[in-house]
Amino acid sequence: MTVSYDNSKAVFDGIRAAGIKSISALPETWLGLLLQRAEDDPDVELIQVAKEEEAIGVAAGAYFAGEPHVLLMQNHGFFGAMNGVISLAQLYSIPLCMLIAVRGHWGEPYPWHTRGGIVTEGLLRALNIPYEHARDPGEVGRQIAEAYTFSQSSLSPVALLLTRDLMEE
Amino acid sequence: MERAQCLELIYPEIEDKLVVTIMGACAQELYDLGHKENFFYLQHAMGLASSIGLGLATHLPDEKIFVLDGDGSVLMNLGTLTTLARYRPKNLVHIIFDNGSLLSTGGFDSHTTSGITDLAAIARGAGIEHVVSVDGPMEFGEAFVEASEREDLSVIVAHVEAVGPDNYGMDFALPENAFRFKRCIAERRAASGS
Repeated sequence: MTVSYDNSKAVFDGIRAAGIKSISALPETWLGLLLQRAEDDPDVELIQVAKEEEAIGVAAGAYFAGEPHVLLMQNHGFFGAMNGVISLAQLYSIPLCMLIAVRGHWGEPYPWHTRGGIVTEGLLRALNIPYEHARDPGEVGRQIAEAYTFSQSSLSPVALLLTRDLMEE
Repeated sequence: MERAQCLELIYPEIEDKLVVTIMGACAQELYDLGHKENFFYLQHAMGLASSIGLGLATHLPDEKIFVLDGDGSVLMNLGTLTTLARYRPKNLVHIIFDNGSLLSTGGFDSHTTSGITDLAAIARGAGIEHVVSVDGPMEFGEAFVEASEREDLSVIVAHVEAVGPDNYGMDFALPENAFRFKRCIAERRAASGS
């Protein structure tokens, strides 16, 4: 299995079509081609963090500055960012549009991803974070735009889960 | 040297700048000098004040951003120093008040107590070029002026006593601080046409 070039492009094009030029990220395999596009786009401000919780702060700063922003991370990175999500974003009513690569899902061959995959949706529900799965490259652009819109109107974190169906081929 | 003394010294210079503070004593001492709409107090999520500063500095190149941090908070997010070094925002001044104590959460010793861990050395090792470590108010004042005038990322580690205010309280709810801070920035952008 390899990461889908065409579908990584569909996700990136969706981010840009939503009017978003500011991205924070921690690289992971499924996000690699996507981040390469972000790096190569002179109009995009990409900040790669050392740990995902930093990105919650960066996103809050971008929001205060009035700059539309998305966060790219793996689900395990989301776990590491959780106090920032709760005690910065939710506490202060700051929107976050998170695109989360969900490892450890149906078809996962790697044992080390499985425990995190099994608990991801339960944790999102426990935190009252609205989420949707992105599986279809023809739909993902619309889903990104809608996730961003909802984060802004609800002043909340929202999560679009990037699945194996979308990211691998 | 006390942090409150340092804040009093620099207040006239930062009162019209975008300032992000950490929780507890540091936030309260700045607030007690006089709240401004361009101040944001991060009362939780320890470690992320400098990350907010990076997000602000990246998108507001015409503003000078001041982050008022602490040893306990920085120790919770040492990676931030490496991210700051990598992106090197030219308009960010990161002041770390190092009192060697988790003062606002019970006064337990932090890892910087008695100089065990040297945050300035960590910042330099992270790759930040302009880092100073100061012990007295004169030195702090000089370092602050240099950092304010420098068009580059600056880190000041200021060693202060582990003391804080007697009373805590602000006259707004936390989200209100966020809403007003964001609106203030939007108004500044509109006024400057940026």
